Amino acid sequence: MNIKADFPTLIEEIDYGTPESKATKQVTLTVDGQSITVPEGTSIMRAAMEGGVEIPKLCATDMLDSFGSCRVCLVEIEGRGGTPASCTTPVGEGMVVRTQSDRLDAIRRGVMELYVSDHPTGWNEKAGTGASEFDAVAKSVGLSENRYGVEGRNHVKEDGGVAPGHGSLAVDYIARDESNPYFTYDPAQCIVCSRCVRACEEVQGTFALTIEGRGFESRMVAGMHEDFIASECVSCGACVQACPTDALREKTVLEKGMPERSAVTTCAYCGVGCSFKAEVKDDEVIRMMPYKDGKANHGHSCVKGRFAYGYATHKDRILSPMVREKITDPWREVSWEEAIAHTAKEFRRIQYQYGRTAIGGITSSRCTNEETYLVQKLVRQGFRNNNVDTCARVCHSPTGYGLGQTYGTSAGTQDFDSVDFTDVAVIIGANPASAHPVFASRLKKRLRQGAKLIVLDPRRTEIVKSAHVEADYHLPLKPGTNVAVLTALAHVIVTEGLFDEAFIRERCDWAEFHDWASFVALPENSPEVVGKLSGVDPELIRGAARLYAKGGNGAIYYGLGVTEHSQGSTTVIAIANLAMATGNIGRPGVGVNPLRGQNNVQGSCDMGSFPHELPGYRHISGEAVRDIYESLWGVKLDDEPGLRIPNMLDAAVDGSFKGIYIQGEDILQSDPDTKHVAGGLAAMECVVVHDLFLNETANYAHVFLPGSTFLEKDGTFTNAERRINMVRKVIEPKARYADWEATQELARAIGLDWNYTHPSQIMDEIAKTTPSFAGVSFDLLDRVGSVQWPCNEKAPLGTPIMHVDGFVRGKGKFIRTEYVATDERTGPRYPLLLTTGRILSQYNVGAQTRRTENVTWHAEDRLEIHPHDAEVRGVRDGDWVRLASRSGETTLRALITDRVSPGVVYTTFHHPDTQANVITTDFSDWATNCPEYKVTAVQVAPSNGPTDWQKDYNEQAKQSRRIAPLEAAE
Amino acid sequence: MTMQAASTEIASRTAAIIDQMKGLEGPLLPILHSIQEEFGHVPKDALPVIADGLNLSRAEVHGVVSFYHDFRAKPAGRHVLKLCQAEACQSMGSDAVAAKVKQLLGIDFHETARDGSVTLEPVYCLGLCACSPSAMLDGEVIGRLDDEKIEEIVAEVRS
Repeated sequence: MNIKADFPTLIEEIDYGTPESKATKQVTLTVDGQSITVPEGTSIMRAAMEGGVEIPKLCATDMLDSFGSCRVCLVEIEGRGGTPASCTTPVGEGMVVRTQSDRLDAIRRGVMELYVSDHPTGWNEKAGTGASEFDAVAKSVGLSENRYGVEGRNHVKEDGGVAPGHGSLAVDYIARDESNPYFTYDPAQCIVCSRCVRACEEVQGTFALTIEGRGFESRMVAGMHEDFIASECVSCGACVQACPTDALREKTVLEKGMPERSAVTTCAYCGVGCSFKAEVKDDEVIRMMPYKDGKANHGHSCVKGRFAYGYATHKDRILSPMVREKITDPWREVSWEEAIAHTAKEFRRIQYQYGRTAIGGITSSRCTNEETYLVQKLVRQGFRNNNVDTCARVCHSPTGYGLGQTYGTSAGTQDFDSVDFTDVAVIIGANPASAHPVFASRLKKRLRQGAKLIVLDPRRTEIVKSAHVEADYHLPLKPGTNVAVLTALAHVIVTEGLFDEAFIRERCDWAEFHDWASFVALPENSPEVVGKLSGVDPELIRGAARLYAKGGNGAIYYGLGVTEHSQGSTTVIAIANLAMATGNIGRPGVGVNPLRGQNNVQGSCDMGSFPHELPGYRHISGEAVRDIYESLWGVKLDDEPGLRIPNMLDAAVDGSFKGIYIQGEDILQSDPDTKHVAGGLAAMECVVVHDLFLNETANYAHVFLPGSTFLEKDGTFTNAERRINMVRKVIEPKARYADWEATQELARAIGLDWNYTHPSQIMDEIAKTTPSFAGVSFDLLDRVGSVQWPCNEKAPLGTPIMHVDGFVRGKGKFIRTEYVATDERTGPRYPLLLTTGRILSQYNVGAQTRRTENVTWHAEDRLEIHPHDAEVRGVRDGDWVRLASRSGETTLRALITDRVSPGVVYTTFHHPDTQANVITTDFSDWATNCPEYKVTAVQVAPSNGPTDWQKDYNEQAKQSRRIAPLEAAE
Repeated sequence: MTMQAASTEIASRTAAIIDQMKGLEGPLLPILHSIQEEFGHVPKDALPVIADGLNLSRAEVHGVVSFYHDFRAKPAGRHVLKLCQAEACQSMGSDAVAAKVKQLLGIDFHETARDGSVTLEPVYCLGLCACSPSAMLDGEVIGRLDDEKIEEIVAEVRS
């Protein structure tokens, strides 16, 4: 297929100059003789653009509030004197506006002439792209001469001048700042329009940039006149996107030139699911530009989605299939045909030898819905068992269970836009500023507008306190006490009569509420008792409960700090209870919102990746559901749930499970108790890893199938708000097959008659068989951009907010949430609690981000430890420390900080060297087996360096990654 | 005092000022004034402390500090002499006044005499246009500068 024919041009989004007005009242005006009707409060600039009249502008862009500094967008208004700026002047009824006249032309040319005179020599041909907005405006106003010269600062005498800065040319001589790996700042090209500064403040909410000085001295700087990399900058790219000159520009664009064509696609990092324009030149991605029509991100991005796509072309990518007999052998590169035939033969042999259930598959939350659907189909139709699971097992499976039980759907209740209507945001066990940055920016914006904030987290994360953000209540609870604290919040709401009786009577079962209320009202659930075991001041619990119940629209956002516990499902239920009790469900601004970790974790769960569920969360034991698939697939489906990941590994160790197809997941690094995972994998006879890289799991693999990145295939991802977004192929698969094609080849090799020629046909099959997706098709997505499921006859354009008129399951169900302390306890030998998380620049196990320049920000995992705990152990900042638990030990370097409370230590798991999951235990959620990553009793002691396990592991990894040189063809 | 100790010292004195004034409406400028009073200038090390105390970014604080020329990055001399260089004073010969003062003090604008006696700065309008050319010495305005007044001023700052 010729991609260029699909999207031959660069998508240019219209810049309306100022944000959309939300007013409902319409106003009609005339611009250059044309009648235009727009909402009240719209700027003249925007109204004109909506009528197709583009007014020249420099300091205005529609991502930012109007500013009115550049004086290029002036217009004439009949009956008014002067030439007001069209960006700051709102429309009025009957207004008659002229955007073109001799006077306006002269003023604009004059202004541009001054700008140009302060630009370096050859402003239109030097360093930059020659394609900036500034260049275009200079052309459009017909600038043909520059009477002031191009020396810059020619208004100031060079010697004996009296202006600040002695009339020197210092401003022009500030060196370019190349410290950020992805973009350049050239102060000489800056026109001080403040768009970057405003983007950093209004859009991103980091406030890392400022205009330094005044008058001729003024220029944009990062931090306190620091290099970008040393400043507070989080490299989200909003400033680069906003810059109308080439002062801030992507390095790739400067090096390789402007992209030539683009397609709208969806980011493959976190669950926010930002829309981007992937901009390409000669089959190479030049840059990822946030797409303003993206419903999740509205034109914003973070450092990962915007810049960290370099892994797609990293030299570590494996582009040829490989096989080997034993995992101690070096890899042998083979053809796709041989690899597929070998795998099919091995799987068939194992099933013949050990039984039908001796093999299984793992779907990926990184792959598309279509690919995930195919893997579970391969297992159920081809392997004829239900041994399929997904990495959501280790993250949000309790969400599925908890929300399913209480509300009837296994998904968040809101869209991201809902946060614009939130009055009280509650963040539980999540660090959106690091893990879901674009959502964090939207939340911060709302907080700056006055919304209140409650945070439940053992650490003082960025969202607890950062520039212009300060939580009204931070409950620094001890890891493992979520249920107790949430139940205590409920205790306050019930005993102080703060619940919403009308809502509960209408939407929920009143008797069940009574039962629950009598439970939470028990004295052992009071803040005073819970305060002792959780370490949280009871007054904070009471204050937070009152604020959430009575502060207006209350919205709960939570992350893996909720789910990855032995009581993960109970915690989700406790959250659901709180929202029901306070009536915070079913309208904009409220709700219960899991922040999904991975781009398609929602989708992979939706697609029937769990061993007990067919697509759409329908239990495998349901005969009617099985019928649908049995008649379509022409096989009899097993009606018993299959094995979960941990069960597969157990069975492997026991010798009854021998083969596995793992698509896009690194279970050795991401799953708990690494040694157990390694043992299970080592006991299998055919481990097939389908991935971009030789990941850690591949050390135990017999077959390696090269994967494709999101840039190399068509499909859909479903984000945390249930939004189905298009993924579009912008470059050809580097390893010949997109992942769905590879799975199809494997299916054919084991005898299935699959004939998909495009992922849209897979989506059609999903729609045909799954009621909540009934209305979804690629055609629809092409037309409307994205939809949120359920999308069917009742909701043809999807469902932004759920449970609006009633709960999906009928009546909302209150369930008691008894606190049971985890079996993982601190004691004299392991006195500290370890909890884990992420940082902004890295992603999950780091397979992608470690292979990008993002390592500039995070070269290794560090152990955060409180100064008190460090001092008594003789640990100094940066020291190597040994981190030991009942499961194992590892070493890493310490970072001393009071972000963590005494008694708590924290680390990330982005680097395989750290082996954080050697430490974590095999305790897991009672309902879903989601591992208890967030609580491990540990001890910390000074150390000299890596442990024997780490050394052995690295040696084994090195050995197992050997690839034999190709033998000459026979 | 080591560098580290000096910056710790600045941080703790700054923190005390912030604590005192945090409750004011628009506390940043009053805090900066107090810090300049306390240290004779606004030390760079104080900026992150202010940012943290007021929940601002370092960039914002730097933007404000660098906007106002009166906030100094390093200590001034014992006296501060500001000569108005705005339009009205220019028309009444402030260029010549400046040249003479510079010659007598042996320093240029934005410089401090080697003996630390005086810092010379330009200023853009003291609101004394009717008495141009004008100056400000240690906060007190002086109008109708002539040779005699200039010599008087120089003698005072030298003493």
